Amino acid sequence: MASTSIQWSGIVADPRFQTLHRKKQSFLAGLMIFSVAYYFLLPIGAAYFPALFNVKVWGPINVGLLFALSQFVVAWGIAFYYSKRANKEFDAMARELVAEFEKKAKV
Amino acid sequence: MSALSYRTKAIGFVGLAAIGLTALPALAQGAVSPNYRWLTFAVFAAIIGMTMYVTFLAAKRVKTAADFYTAGGGVSGLQNGWAIAGDYLSAASFLGIAGLISQFGYDGFMYSVGWLVAYITVLLVIAEPCRNIGKYTLADILAYRNDPKKTRIVGALSVITVSTFYLTAQMVGGGVLVKTLIGIDYEISVITVGVLMLAYVLFGGMVATTWVQIIKAVLLVIASIVLVILVWAPYGFSLPAFLTDVIGDPKVQTRVAGLLGDAAKNMSPEELGQRFLEPGLLFKAPIDQISLGMALVFGTAGLPHILMRFFTVPTAQEARKSVIWAMAIIGGFYVLTLFLGFGAARLVGPAVIAGVDPGGNMAAPLLAQYLGGGADSMLGNFMLAFVAAVAFATIVAVVAGLVLAAASAMAHDLYVGVIREGHVTPQEQVRAARIATVVVGAMAITIGIAAKGQNVAHLVALAFAVAASANFPCVLLTLYWRKCNTGGIVAGMIVGTLLAVGLVLVSPNMTYPAAVRDAAQKVLAADGAKRAGAQAAVDSGDAAQVAAGQKTLAALDRAAAKAKADIERVKGETTSMVGLQAPLIGLKNPGLISIPLGFLAVIIGSLLYRDKRADEMWDELYARQNTGILASKAAAH
Repeated sequence: MASTSIQWSGIVADPRFQTLHRKKQSFLAGLMIFSVAYYFLLPIGAAYFPALFNVKVWGPINVGLLFALSQFVVAWGIAFYYSKRANKEFDAMARELVAEFEKKAKV
Repeated sequence: MSALSYRTKAIGFVGLAAIGLTALPALAQGAVSPNYRWLTFAVFAAIIGMTMYVTFLAAKRVKTAADFYTAGGGVSGLQNGWAIAGDYLSAASFLGIAGLISQFGYDGFMYSVGWLVAYITVLLVIAEPCRNIGKYTLADILAYRNDPKKTRIVGALSVITVSTFYLTAQMVGGGVLVKTLIGIDYEISVITVGVLMLAYVLFGGMVATTWVQIIKAVLLVIASIVLVILVWAPYGFSLPAFLTDVIGDPKVQTRVAGLLGDAAKNMSPEELGQRFLEPGLLFKAPIDQISLGMALVFGTAGLPHILMRFFTVPTAQEARKSVIWAMAIIGGFYVLTLFLGFGAARLVGPAVIAGVDPGGNMAAPLLAQYLGGGADSMLGNFMLAFVAAVAFATIVAVVAGLVLAAASAMAHDLYVGVIREGHVTPQEQVRAARIATVVVGAMAITIGIAAKGQNVAHLVALAFAVAASANFPCVLLTLYWRKCNTGGIVAGMIVGTLLAVGLVLVSPNMTYPAAVRDAAQKVLAADGAKRAGAQAAVDSGDAAQVAAGQKTLAALDRAAAKAKADIERVKGETTSMVGLQAPLIGLKNPGLISIPLGFLAVIIGSLLYRDKRADEMWDELYARQNTGILASKAAAH
């Protein structure tokens, strides 16, 4: 593999990598927990809170139907939010490191 | 250079395609009326022609193993997003979910949500790291910092297991579906699907597979949008107006009354209709729902044919873009399905749909026929033909992706990686890939024919359960947990797979002869009293009561016949396949138990095992998965 000439421990020890790692880790964990929790509210709500789900809000449309539709909006929202932050922030931080260490290793 | 000359490839390709097409005209009765069957074939031939042309072009470009497995990493994010949607929206989700909504209302729609949310896991923790460090297969990721031989063996076996379950469900389900739709014999349709798929994969590799999936996804979305516009436009695109009309329909209200049984006695028609939009008509045990949800949300990220798609794009940014597109297309499609399902319930009626196919799979095709003008109209049959052809293309596209995933595990991981220890020429690599494709393709056709008549509906759920309990914990922890090592991967793969499969074998999904017999006898025991009641209604002379009584009598006849057939079917048997009188666990999907235990196995296995390499390689893996350094160079060799 061509990878041997790169100083891997150097990248991982680099404070910029550490910052990237920390920011990304907490951001991803937070989003992941939120999305899974939000999703499981749907089967739990449907099973244990039917009275709430059956409340009509707009013609025949009830809370349960709106909540199920909101799952789509929330999933898209999370995807959009993540990709915006990754495109703007994480990619730039990674690019800087990649350029520097690939140059150092002359690959 | 490939081992096959271009000319031999072209000849072989045309030959296989011809076998596939000449098999078609062996016909029986299906949803498409015989007078209009040529329309289905015309539409289907057009789709095949288009995909064949693409494969023909692609065959020239497939020269190396990288071309064959990953289209040389030259697929764009947008293309890959459509291909993921085409790979993922199998007939089960495209026809099945519309059917569930038409039969059970709200619960059917709720079921679709998990299939989209699953992509959040793919987007956040799997797609980009896998693109950054993987090459062709799931086991490449596992082998990166662990013992390559051991992890390739367990990884490849798990990939082949998951793909085979999924493949069997697609082949059997597809065969039945095509028979119901067009009336082609089951065996013929299995062989046609298998041979067409082989033509695409064998000659066009990932390039052709990708385009088949893109074309199919585009056609599916176009068909759905047209149907939804036709369904929704009469209501001025108002959601409350549309739903009010749906639940005001007597066909829907009768269906709800039938589902609720005695509980419906004191309900007004309005209440029955509204009940269609409330949860609980299909799912009775919330714990099953949660368990299935876990298998979906964590299993999709471990499905080998989905993971493989991320190796076809050049960078992590394109991988990200492809998931975003896939989520937009898949989610948008499920929202459209809401209208297809409710529209079919209102216009065609749940009883008519279930009459053609008890699983409800014919909701969307029958809706298309109705909207075009009905069973005797040209346009109606054209629209039915179009949906049927898209369904056929769907099966081919999904099966192609699965076969490619299983073949890559066999050729790249087991043969090249383990048996030859990587010492192969580029020509040998491509030849191995093609031979493995033929082996897996032949296996798919054989299993498809052998499993005729088997209930395979739970096999897709089982594939997701194995992917979530074995593949997902292993991939996630080797990417994110420093201490994860060879011991953990081997333990996790074995424990996760065996647990998921073992728990299904002792679950209520299996057939328990004693329970079947009891249920059938109960039906027969109650028959007399019910029959007397219905007979009294027929004798009463009141027109409405006579009609209702005759309907009940007919239903009782059907129930009695089914009960007798059930008793005959389990005659002489006392235990299930694994020798059980009754299920050991109440869970239909094992995810709730097997996913946490799969994670636990990886953790315990890693802590008990000493593996210097896994620890030394951590910095390299972690730096690469986070930054994508060298990723572009990796794609070049």
